[in-house]
Amino acid sequence: MPTLIELKDGVCKGVEDSFTHVADDAEIPDGDVILSLTRFQTDGDRLLSAGRRVGVRLEPHEEVEALAYDLPRLSVVAPAFPKYRDGRAYSNARVLSERFKFKGQIRAVGDVLREQAGFMARCGFNAFEPADDASANEWQAATHRFRHVYQRSSDAHAPAFVERAS
Amino acid sequence: MYQYDSIDKAMLADRSAEFRGQVARRLAGELNEDQFKPLRLMNGLYLQLHAYMLRVAIPYGSLNSTQLRKLAWIGRTYDKGYGHFTTRTNLQFHWIKLRDTPDILDALASVDMHAIQTSGNCIRNTTTDPYAGATAEEVDDPRVWAEAIRQWSTLHPEFSFLPRKFKIAITAAAKDRTAAKVHDIGLMLKRARDGALGFEVIVGGGMGRTPYVGPTIREFLPVNRLLSYLEAILRVYNRHGRRDNIYKARIKILVAALGKDEFARQVDAEWAKIGEDADLPDTELARIRGAFAATRFEVLPAQSEAFEVARAETPAFARFVRNNLKPHKKSGYGIVEISLKGIGDTPGDASSDQMDVVADLAQLYGQDDIRVTHEQNLVLPHVKLDDVPKVWAALAEAGIATPNINLVSDIIACPGLDYCALANARAISIAQHIAEKFRDPDRAENVGELKIKISGCINACGHHHVGHIGILGVDKKGEEFYQLTLGGSGAEDAAVGSALGPALPYDKVAEAVDTLVEVYLRQRQDGERFLDTFRRTGVAPFKEAVYADAH
Repeated sequence: MPTLIELKDGVCKGVEDSFTHVADDAEIPDGDVILSLTRFQTDGDRLLSAGRRVGVRLEPHEEVEALAYDLPRLSVVAPAFPKYRDGRAYSNARVLSERFKFKGQIRAVGDVLREQAGFMARCGFNAFEPADDASANEWQAATHRFRHVYQRSSDAHAPAFVERAS
Repeated sequence: MYQYDSIDKAMLADRSAEFRGQVARRLAGELNEDQFKPLRLMNGLYLQLHAYMLRVAIPYGSLNSTQLRKLAWIGRTYDKGYGHFTTRTNLQFHWIKLRDTPDILDALASVDMHAIQTSGNCIRNTTTDPYAGATAEEVDDPRVWAEAIRQWSTLHPEFSFLPRKFKIAITAAAKDRTAAKVHDIGLMLKRARDGALGFEVIVGGGMGRTPYVGPTIREFLPVNRLLSYLEAILRVYNRHGRRDNIYKARIKILVAALGKDEFARQVDAEWAKIGEDADLPDTELARIRGAFAATRFEVLPAQSEAFEVARAETPAFARFVRNNLKPHKKSGYGIVEISLKGIGDTPGDASSDQMDVVADLAQLYGQDDIRVTHEQNLVLPHVKLDDVPKVWAALAEAGIATPNINLVSDIIACPGLDYCALANARAISIAQHIAEKFRDPDRAENVGELKIKISGCINACGHHHVGHIGILGVDKKGEEFYQLTLGGSGAEDAAVGSALGPALPYDKVAEAVDTLVEVYLRQRQDGERFLDTFRRTGVAPFKEAVYADAH
């Protein structure tokens, strides 16, 4: 089971992951599950009605707007990075966090590397499945590498122009 | 000029520390080249044919003398005593050792400079008019907006992994010195009848394999809404730009595929949702604007005696004035262009000694202000006419008083096969051969404005598509051939050039350019530039002459 790192109030912690990623052609196991968007559209209602905790994995070409009406019932949305260079998940995460005010977990999955941890945290990701075996401590360092930021984003970090005005 | 405050400085220090750690891991073998490559590319460090190349950012092409001296020092200490100014108004060092790069970044940071976002699929250095703050043609100082974009785009969390690189240019003058219409985004500052400032927003221009003059998607964007609108454009592009084919990944392909109206509709829909929260507060805009306030101009007569005497007595100075001195908004001042296109030199190269000379002149006579142009020259934007003779003499002494701005030998050329792993053919030596043909300055002046641009491959770093004469290096069975195009322009009359005919071998290119110029001189009517004549006559007389000679 991959390590899961959660980011809460600026602190990264390694936690036990209660969710299982379910492939589209696999049986749905007991417990908390993360499904593809397609699988969720067929099986999601049934699982949620049964009181199960459900997450949805979004591939880069799938836009979070497709989940707009389901968000209140979801525990996890997991925008995926098939390659770290594919930056579409950043937009999905920001829209999820800023426009839809999603309060559940926004989990980075796929080619998730510590070099991008700072960008991910700023776009609203609050949970990470590192693909580079980074520890929670390394993740903590990576998300705090820069003392200042220039632009508003999904995190609480005050941008330079706000710092300057205060 | 904008002064970095403690926040700007801390950003650079943090970035430098991060890269030092990454280089240490690479040198210790903890990272292999594959893992290190994306990290070095985030810091402008390329591995080229012979060595590492470090591309230093010069935000909107603006430098002070301390910065230019530091670049000279880096060139002397870590390179072979020179640097290469690029069409993105950056500076490249071509002979860098990996282990030196953390120290170089620290040296840069000590003068508020860096190599952030000079490579990678992110928002690159935003360029603007090198005459900003000095020309009477502008409706506002475009550097204010370039600086706002610099900050907004630096380490942008959402837009650092775009489908492809992304370049923005801003002009505030009707005469466009930024090639705005062939950028991913071109912003043209305009003033409405009621005095309000806004941007005409042009999206999806570009060069490379598929050149486009960008369409306008918004005629008038109120200036204070700039950042939210840029965010909307970038989000639409980040989500929908192609990622399956590197050659179809620029925003121009998306805009062309959707059509400009549909693209604009998607941007507007996104913009409406983003709202004004994403815009910069007026207080911050005022702070930035204050940094560019002009305060040091003296009240001077329009005529300078020292200047007029030198012009009357020294023909070489008079020639320099005719070609390299441009009108300033303040009476008694001029804009001095410094050509880095000496006959026989590599376009855009400056030695460390030359950089020091320019830095000294800027400090003594130029309000400590130096600009880099996208045509790979330097500018001293604020020189008193009284001082122009002294500036000229010092430049001449340093070998950089070539009086050829906008003339046939003021050529843009990419590094080509001499440095670049992607190139098919040499570009620099072609430029040198052409410049040799027009060594006689009377002839060059008689020819007048003629923009030649040379790329060593289809990626078009030498902007050949928008050359009045464009030259593209191609590989034909292992031999260097060159495809000529005519009639391109990167200015306000932007156009993509059209092919002249079959590609020419290496040793026929300069001769063909000579022939094209002869045709122009025979055909031109009153006051026409090469480009105007070509647009009037069409390709026929030019084609006939070049290929008649070839047979």
